[in-house]
Amino acid sequence: METINFEERFQEYVHSEQKVEPKHWMPEPYRKTLIRQISQHAHSEVVGMLPEANWISRAPSLRRKVALLAKVQDEAGHGLYLYSAAETLGADRADLVGDLLSGKAKYSSIFNYPTRSWADIGAIGWLVDGAAIANQVMLCRTSYGPYARAMVRICKEESFHQRQGYEIMLALCKGTKEQKEMAQDALNRWWWPSLMMFGPTDKESTNSAQSMNWKIKRKSNDELRQEFIDKTVPQAEFLGLTIPDEQLEWDEKTGHYRFGPIDWEEFYHVLKGNGPCNKERLEARNKAHDDGRWVREAANAFAKKTQERKGEHSAA
Amino acid sequence: MENPLLSYTLFLADNSLITGQRLSEWCGHGPILEQDIALSNIALDHLGQARMLLQYAAEQKGEGWTEDRLAYFRDEKNFRNLLMTELPKGDWGYTVMRAFLYDTYHFYEMTSLLQSKDKQLRAIAQKAIKEIRYHAQWSAEWVIRLGDGTEESHQRIKRSLVELWPFTGEFFETDEAASGLNANGIAPSYTHIRTQWNAKVEEVLALATLERPADGWMQSGGRKGAHTEHMGYLLAEMQHIPRSYPDAQW
Ligand SMILES: [Fe+2]
Ligand SMILES: [Fe+2]
Repeated sequence: METINFEERFQEYVHSEQKVEPKHWMPEPYRKTLIRQISQHAHSEVVGMLPEANWISRAPSLRRKVALLAKVQDEAGHGLYLYSAAETLGADRADLVGDLLSGKAKYSSIFNYPTRSWADIGAIGWLVDGAAIANQVMLCRTSYGPYARAMVRICKEESFHQRQGYEIMLALCKGTKEQKEMAQDALNRWWWPSLMMFGPTDKESTNSAQSMNWKIKRKSNDELRQEFIDKTVPQAEFLGLTIPDEQLEWDEKTGHYRFGPIDWEEFYHVLKGNGPCNKERLEARNKAHDDGRWVREAANAFAKKTQERKGEHSAA
Repeated sequence: MENPLLSYTLFLADNSLITGQRLSEWCGHGPILEQDIALSNIALDHLGQARMLLQYAAEQKGEGWTEDRLAYFRDEKNFRNLLMTELPKGDWGYTVMRAFLYDTYHFYEMTSLLQSKDKQLRAIAQKAIKEIRYHAQWSAEWVIRLGDGTEESHQRIKRSLVELWPFTGEFFETDEAASGLNANGIAPSYTHIRTQWNAKVEEVLALATLERPADGWMQSGGRKGAHTEHMGYLLAEMQHIPRSYPDAQW
């Protein structure tokens, strides 16, 4: 009886648009859902560093090099905020990272695609950060306080990333024939995976309804996807690029773009680990972790020694 | 021959550029996220300094030179950076030991440049000195932590120290251009910097329970454009896009 009561009150509480804070009572499934979602989000930020970090050493101008390095560093910062937010729910960062490294935890599949040319850095900023923003702007109003606040900080940086990405595309599209081809090729490869970032269609999405009811999510996958398409198509037109969807068409009646079918089979394949770079990404994270073990051990040993020496001092 | 101020500006610029390029290789691969961020930050500082210095060098060269043309379209033999800066990144201990030896030197060098008679170099030193002091502190702390950490970390960083030591002699070489600039109050006295560097390095190594290697044979050549084999690969990677599309703007 008690529990039911608590849950009802919790439901009323989130429906009255108040934030849930770490010390509040919350239903276990709410806590679990959030830990899973926030940690997946954190892992995505961290794994997402890899495809772009690839290009830091090869960035074609010093200005671009500095901007890209700063961007990838921002993503590491996002990972940190999010791991901290997950820790407020009682999760342990080391365990969460362990789940990523063992392949148990998921991260956004988009990062399992390769970055083949410099234009991919533009396309990722424009499309991938753009799709992330659509989702994250919604999450700025999510019911869990620490998550919502982390998102506010993150969103500011993400919109900067998106502008930066678009600016790279713009420079390429105003450039030589080869540069423009590079830009079109990148759009061709990143368009569909970006649409898949919003997750399965509402019909297929199993967790969505509960998350909406808890006010964790506020818009459905399909709504967010449509918003993203409506916003992005004119941007592609401005660049003079063609979106690789023959069925893409403005619908006067609905005020939205209609688009062709998404290849969900590919989506599930990449999700299952069969994407072009799943193996490389996890290997890179594991290598960094393994190579860093002696460093972390030394830092801990030194911190302990320093603590002990302080103790000796104050004892004397 | 190039004018001495230009040579010297490029020497400073190339040290920062190549250091920034090497350090940025760690981005996404650090031992822990917090340190990944710290090192990326430091790499960004070096690249920022490199840009200011290359812009100044480009201004001196005139004739359509830009920071990017200097970074991407010069051949290896025209890069003047110290050999130590171009060595591969190695493990974390190697990276922080190299950073420590170089940052300490860089700190005293830039501190002296705060008094330079050259207005631009002085302004660049003023802009950069705070971050360079932080770099020197950060890397000294890591050397101490690893030297006085575990047996494994001690052995690893000791090996890095020994491997890197022969590349420290080059820090203090002065060619004709540099000594002329020193006489004019533009460049610092590297003999004086050596004294300061020696004292600081000994102090930090002692805290790290590491022994200062003896000064034996020292490697040399960076200033004259005689680089290690690593430099060619570094430049190939860094320069290949602009060189593949020489007419393109990015
Ligand atoms: Fe991010
Ligand atoms: Fe981002």
